[in-house]
Amino acid sequence: MLYINGLRAAIDGREILKGINLTVPTGEVHAIMGPNGSGKSTLSYVLSGREDYAVTAGTVTLDGRDLLAMEPEARAAAGVFLAFQYPVELPGVGNANFLRTALNAIRRTRGESELDAVQFLKLARAAAKRLSMPDDMLKRNVNVGFSGGEKKRNEILQMAVLKPKLAVLDETDSGLDIDALRIVADGVNAQRGPDFSALVITHYQRLLDYIVPDRVHVLMDGRIVRSGGPELAHELEASGYAGLAEAA
Amino acid sequence: MSAALQDSARGFVARYEGARGHLPGDASVRAAAARTLRDRGLPTPREEAWRYTNLRPLAEFSPAPAAGVRPLALLALVPAFDGAARVVFVDGHYRADLSAPPVGFTTFASNPSFGQAADPVRERLVALNTMFAEDGARIDIPAGVDGGVVVLASLGSPGAAYHPRHAIRLAAGARLTLVEVAVGEGAYLHNPVTELAVGEGATLVHIRLQDESTAAFHLATFYADIAARGTYDSFALTLGGRLTRAEVHARLLGHGAATHLNAAQLLGGAQHADFTTVVRHDAPSCASRQTVKNVLTGHSRGVFQGRIQVARVAQKTDGYQMNQALLLSPDAEIDSKPELEIFADDVKCSHGATVGELDPAQIFYLRSRGIPETEARAILVHAFLVEAFDAVAHDGARAMLIAAVDAWWAR
Repeated sequence: MLYINGLRAAIDGREILKGINLTVPTGEVHAIMGPNGSGKSTLSYVLSGREDYAVTAGTVTLDGRDLLAMEPEARAAAGVFLAFQYPVELPGVGNANFLRTALNAIRRTRGESELDAVQFLKLARAAAKRLSMPDDMLKRNVNVGFSGGEKKRNEILQMAVLKPKLAVLDETDSGLDIDALRIVADGVNAQRGPDFSALVITHYQRLLDYIVPDRVHVLMDGRIVRSGGPELAHELEASGYAGLAEAA
Repeated sequence: MSAALQDSARGFVARYEGARGHLPGDASVRAAAARTLRDRGLPTPREEAWRYTNLRPLAEFSPAPAAGVRPLALLALVPAFDGAARVVFVDGHYRADLSAPPVGFTTFASNPSFGQAADPVRERLVALNTMFAEDGARIDIPAGVDGGVVVLASLGSPGAAYHPRHAIRLAAGARLTLVEVAVGEGAYLHNPVTELAVGEGATLVHIRLQDESTAAFHLATFYADIAARGTYDSFALTLGGRLTRAEVHARLLGHGAATHLNAAQLLGGAQHADFTTVVRHDAPSCASRQTVKNVLTGHSRGVFQGRIQVARVAQKTDGYQMNQALLLSPDAEIDSKPELEIFADDVKCSHGATVGELDPAQIFYLRSRGIPETEARAILVHAFLVEAFDAVAHDGARAMLIAAVDAWWAR
């Protein structure tokens, strides 16, 4: 279970998160919606441990473990995965090598045996196939020369291989056409189960037609101002965030 | 002028006076070189070509009878490529017992003639080499012959001072891949001069791995003369040496000649490495390409000086030069100096330089996937350097360079 209590965070002295309270029970998928600048991406970075954000108050635990005390790599080993809104290009780093290094680093931390190149490739190829990714994407350098849609699919591929307990998807739908959106959503849905939870951060309701959330939260100005079932997303689509701001 | 350094120059001249009676070859050439060193001393940073590299630490080195044995353990580091010939020098002396020489190989010791390309009057390190040169590799590849791959290994031991004189000559249409590996132990001076002649339509691929002891002095000067449609394609990786200067004089002498002078330098501690090139475009439609990558940690300092001289006749010259540096510590330094002298009016010449640190966004991306920070940094540095190795077409040599970088990083 992800448990966020009174979380405040700032960047360059400017407070972005102003007291977030949120609980995501294991096995559930929650959506976070909100207008630009409401703090959605900040929340995803704070959960995954990016250093330029300063946490000023509050706690975050995953299955009782204090995430905020951990380095980013320790959070990954503890089961946190961030699908980046803008996946980073790594020239000179092969995609398969990168992913195997990551998987083995996580397995090492967990006291599991490392996979050799053959075992790994079998696993990665199968995952790539499920995401309709050509095999050569594993051979290319990480995200270099990838289209927007390929980059997002590559994020989902990493998620499928690393098998996190908690996936944070930061606007994974942005820049995707409808076919790519369906592939990405299928990739996320395939992970759903009693041991997997996800925080799906999105601007639009469209993604939530494909990844149907258990709960929807609305983030505005650094606080969660409303929570509800999947129908809340449709309501927002009709009324917009402006209408909600007036009501709040 | 550094008094200590000029004391050192006088010390070399005195040692030459003591040794000259039993040095092989043309005594007058050696005597002229000794006069040059005596009159002008060793170069100092007051000279423009030496502005960023101070030879002063050389004054702390005094040659001693070389141990010569221990470095043989380093022979294990010298790669054995399938079908490649191998010539091994220990403290500057050819070791037939450790070598499998190619056809067309002789030594300077057996045929001590100085070539025409090297310039002991202008370059004091060449003068120093000319005074003391006793041995070296001489490889002649006849017209149209593919000489395959030759590994040239130099092993140094503490106290040794050696000044090899190498000469590689490719006749018209010949081919050769020369893989040079320099390793050693302790403080020693390795001051080779290499003359390379690439005939018409010939191709010389020259890959150098400089992995000397970090107490060693590596001062190497190369002269490459490239005839029409000939190619001199070189790549040098510098990992070792306390003080390194590698200076390449490439002359494009015939229509359509080409040269690549690519390099990478990975330095730490107080290492200093200087890669200096002078490319002369003396004929039309020649191309020169240089990409030099530096990764600098600790207090290390990297230098790249690249001069391109385009003669009036050298129309349609295509020259390119790029220096990239990753500074991994606040105390590391890179000095980059391009110099373009262009006397023709229809040429394409460009140069560029970038200096940066590792990208925090890339480090975070790797860490967010579970890769510890130290490993993440190593992966990114590796990627930066290994991109440079794409210029090395020989698979075995490229693997050798990658392994050397990984070993450096693991030290």
